This record gives sequence, structure tokens and C-alpha cells, in this order.
Amino acid sequence: MADPVLAVRDLVVEFVSDDGVARAVDEVSFTVGRGEIVGLVGESGAGKTLTSEAILGLIRCPPGRVSGEVRFRGQNLLGADERALALIRGKDIAMIFQNPGASLNPVMRIGRQLTEAMAIHLAEARHRLRRRAVDVLTKVGIPSAAARVRDYPHQFSGGMAQRVMIGMGISCVPSLLIADEPTTALDVTIQAQVLALIRQLAREMGMAVLLVSHDLGIVSQMCHRVIVMYAGRIVEQAPVATLFHAPAHPYTRALIACLPGRDGEGRLGAIPGMMPGLKAMPTGCRFHPRCDKAEPRCATEEPKLRQVGADQIAACHLAKSDG
Amino acid sequence: MPLLEVEDLAKHFPVRRGLFTRALGGPERVVRAVDGVSFAIEPGETLGLVGESGCGKTTTGRLVLRAIEPSRGRIVFDGEDVTALSASHLLPFRRKAQIVFQDPYTSLNPRMTVGKIVGEPMRVHQIAADAEVPARVRALLDTVGLRPEHAQRYPHELSGGQRQRVGIARALAVGPRLIVADEAVSALDVSVRAQILNLFVDLRDRLGLAYLFVSHDLGVIRFVSHRVAVMYLGALVEVAPAARVFERPLHPYTQALIASIPTVGDGRASIFDEPARLLQGELPSPIDLPRGCRFASRCPHRFDRCTETEPRLEAAEPGHAVACFLYDRGSGERLAGQTRATLNHEGGAS
Repeated sequence: MADPVLAVRDLVVEFVSDDGVARAVDEVSFTVGRGEIVGLVGESGAGKTLTSEAILGLIRCPPGRVSGEVRFRGQNLLGADERALALIRGKDIAMIFQNPGASLNPVMRIGRQLTEAMAIHLAEARHRLRRRAVDVLTKVGIPSAAARVRDYPHQFSGGMAQRVMIGMGISCVPSLLIADEPTTALDVTIQAQVLALIRQLAREMGMAVLLVSHDLGIVSQMCHRVIVMYAGRIVEQAPVATLFHAPAHPYTRALIACLPGRDGEGRLGAIPGMMPGLKAMPTGCRFHPRCDKAEPRCATEEPKLRQVGADQIAACHLAKSDG
Repeated sequence: MPLLEVEDLAKHFPVRRGLFTRALGGPERVVRAVDGVSFAIEPGETLGLVGESGCGKTTTGRLVLRAIEPSRGRIVFDGEDVTALSASHLLPFRRKAQIVFQDPYTSLNPRMTVGKIVGEPMRVHQIAADAEVPARVRALLDTVGLRPEHAQRYPHELSGGQRQRVGIARALAVGPRLIVADEAVSALDVSVRAQILNLFVDLRDRLGLAYLFVSHDLGVIRFVSHRVAVMYLGALVEVAPAARVFERPLHPYTQALIASIPTVGDGRASIFDEPARLLQGELPSPIDLPRGCRFASRCPHRFDRCTETEPRLEAAEPGHAVACFLYDRGSGERLAGQTRATLNHEGGAS
């Protein structure tokens, strides 16, 4: 297999306060290959957004402390200085966030915002950049793009604003897109349009995508590979079909059982309790207080991520080993 | 007799005009947030009201409770017309119809303890002597799965799921027969959402509650509802038993909505790789609605009549109402069959 576009190794994000050190992301490792869409799922507090922010170098240090390795096309971004990072972010790595309205400058025309980003990264004449801005908006499916470049953000609906954000993201032909809950603020029919667009761009441009989401349905339809996080750690990682058909970790299984099923009958498999806070992490397996399969050793021994199937790893004492 | 019957309910909000337009004497414009909605809920029944943002589902929930005044229409609760009751006469109705809000973070008074929040409706409605209130609060907290010591806590000390349980306990405090649940699980994490949905279903079965369950989440709607009403731009476009809506939706909008839900699949095919199946375009503005069918501008099956007159919500099959000309009279049924065939074909081929 070719080198991955993104390779994260032993990523740790900690926050230092008077009460001590709280570890919010704990030794997270994964890769994203060219044209691959990898899902990072978990509930709030799992550390998925912090992981994506750490990759982009967006965590304020101090109080934050980030260690490990984030290799983007071979270059370690964690060691890179702010100037080098600024050159990569927005050009080779695009990012889109949950609230598209809040990510656009309200007093600047859309076209200007697009060309400004491109002018920083591409050495091209203004009039050519303007043409490119129109091309990009057309590509992300904005009707009458040539006229809309003169509009302000408030003249765009939520779905259209998110398309503009994606357009801005892809205007410099990035090799990696980090999308953090990109459609949470959108309606289901508009969400479908935006996600279809991301799928298409990954397929056609070979863009690697890290999709952060709490929605298992979206992840199952969008991703090639899925990483499940719980309380700052990866608990399972597998190809999408394996993860949903043969989940190895009890948390993954429980999460899938929480979804209202196709038949709409019976009770949902709710998980008792809630995700632990940073200051009250359980010993051993962090999921054991909520796990219906927990054994005594789960409370004392921390399970390591290990191979449990072809291409499938899980951190659970009870998961069967592969071979 | 239905517990709640709503007839031709409407809410039109005037659009605030600037000084300039007013001076020029431009026409009065209104947002038709809810534009003539009729439905009924039987005792113990859950009607799911589903639609995208801005379709008027939340406004409908508020109208039903007389939290806002309707522009037109009639609300009959338990055989009594409550549409025109004055504020003082509404109190008995308020005891029977309650609401649970979406956001458990902002719908609870941060300065009151849980015990006070849950006990207050009992005092307001004078349904328990002051001395009895603490015992009743404890019983209610137990009903919604909270411990007695939670009565002394403040909302900020609770998790989102616990807060939503407090919101439910508060609604139950006056012994209602109908609860309007307005996106009541939308702000919660998956595992907590499942806990609260189970609680809603348990309470319904134990207390014989009826719900108007308002949500944009089709998975949630399918799980809790006996019947489902689909709303688009202020009007109901389809009303049918839940299983029918999901297995054999008739209205092109419902069909598109269901096709857009990312359900957990086998990981081999993706609904997002078939843009032809997904709905194009966006919700038009509810100001100055176009003539004809509200959905016509986005409908893949539009024909001339759709842009001329508005289809009424009528039974296409027993218990299954739809507002669409494809199902008009006998010829409509045939046309509808074709449409479904076309849709399935497109879905499979592309």
C-alpha cells in the first residue's frame, strides 16, 4: 500500500490546570490513505474533536499539551512552526466545521473570501482567481455561481453556506479534508446533498477525508474505515462493513444497539450511565462501569488495542484474538 | 372520541416591514408558518410530527397547547373547544396538556433546585398541599429514573440526560394526558437518547399518555410513533400509521425524505453515491408561497396541475392520507404505481 496521506501516532492531548493534568486524548494512532474516507465516531467527550484539532495544530498550548506524531505526507506537523503550518492549512489540508454560518466573514462578499484564501496559497492573477472562485462554486453545486460570488454570507442558506465552505476548502485542491460534524446543523435532505458532494470529491480528486461524527448512520454510509473512540481512547477500528456486522468491542455493539432500528419495535439497547469525565477516569478499561460483559480484571487491567480480525483491532480483554 | 382534535389550524406571522416600505404603502406580507393543519390524537396514542427546519412543526406543537394564539382554526381537547378559552379558564386544560422542550440546558431555571422545579407546577395548579409536595416530587423523580437526592441539586450539577428527566418529571407533575415533546431527545448523545426514548415509551404504557412527538429525526419518529404526520412548508403532506409511512410512503416528499436518511447499511453501497435519488433544491421561503402544491418546485413528478391548484390532504387508502395529485381518484392510483416503479428503477440502476 502506498504511504498514507495522514499518519497519526501516539497522539496525546493533555490539559494542565491547578488540579493536575487531564488527558483528553490518550495515545491515538491511525492513518488515512489517498481517496479514503475514515470516520472518527464517539459521543460527546470521547475526544474526537480534540483529535482533529490537534492534527490541525489548533489547540492552544498552554494550557494544552500535545505530543506524539502527526505525519502529513511524511512531514511531522507537530514539530512544524506556525508559518509552515499556515502554508499547509487551507491549501493541502482543508477543514470544515459544524456551523457554516459562523465560519464565514459576514461583511465580506463570498467571492472575495474565496479569492483571498486562494491568493495566499496560489500565485495567480486576481482575475484568474475570480474565475476560479466561480468554477469552485459551480463544482460544489451552487446555482448561478457567477452572480452569487457577489452575495454576502447571510444571503446563503445553511446548506449553501456549507457548500461555500467546502468550495473554499477544495479551492486549492487539498489532499486531506478534515470535516468535523459537517452536516449536524443541516436538514436531512440538505445533509444528503452535502455528504454526496464530499463522497464525490474523495472519489474524483483522490482526496483523503477524516470525518468526525457522532452519527453512526452517516458513518456507515460515508466511510471506508471507522475508528470508535471512548473517553479519549480508540476502542475499535475496522473496515465499515466489519464494524457494523461484527463489532468486537462491547461499546461499539452497545452504540449500534442504541439506534432506533428498521422495525421500530421493542426497546432500544440503551447504555446505562454516561461517559466518564476527565477527572474521574475509571481504572482498567474505561468502559467497564457501563459494560454488561465486564469481568473483575476489566476494572484493574487496562486492555491494549490488539488484532481481533482481518484489519480489525479492538481494546477489550474479552474480544477473541485473530488466529 | 379523540383526546385532541385540531381543525384547519393556522398561524401567520406578519413580516416586520421597515419604515421605508411602510411609507411606500407596500403590501402586508405574512409568513405562513402553519397553514391549515388538521389531525387528531387518540388517548394513549403517539402521533409523530416530522419535517425539516422551518416547516412549522414546532409552531404546531405550541399552537396545540395554546402557548401561542392561532390565526385560524379550532382545537378541541377531550371534547371541549379550547380555542377561545381565556387565560383564567385555560388552567384546567394546562393541567391535562404539557410540554417537554428540546434543550434541557435552557428550559430549566438555573436558580431553582430540581425539587422546586418539579414541585412548582403542583403548587401553581393547587393539586397537592404544600406538605405533600416533597413526597410527590420523590415519587416523580423515581418514575423518571432519578434518585431522591437529586431533588436538592441544581440543573448545572446534572448531565443532559438527567436534565431531560427533570423536564419530563416537571411535565408529569400535574398528571397530564397529553405531552407535546418538542425535539425532546435531539440534544442528547446516542446512548443517552436511547435511555430517554425508552423512558418516554415506558411512561406512555404505564400512564396511558398521548404524545405529539415533534422531531426532525426520522429514526426517532419511527421508534416512538403509532402514526406519523409529515409536514412541509406549513402543511401536512402525508398522515399514516408509522410502518406504512416508512415502508410505503406515498408523497414524493416523504419518499425523498426517507431516501435521505443515512441508516446503518452493509458498508458496501452508499446512498450518497446515488445523487439521482436525493432531493435537489431547498425549501422555498414560506413568505409568498407559490400557487399550487408547496412541494412542486422540488418534486421530480411535477405536472401542470401541480403548479395551478393545491392538492388537499385526502385518504388515498384507508387510514393513509396524502396531499398529492398522483393519488387523485382511480387514475391517480395507477399513476402512483408507475411513479413507485420509476423510483425503484432509478434507485436500483444508478
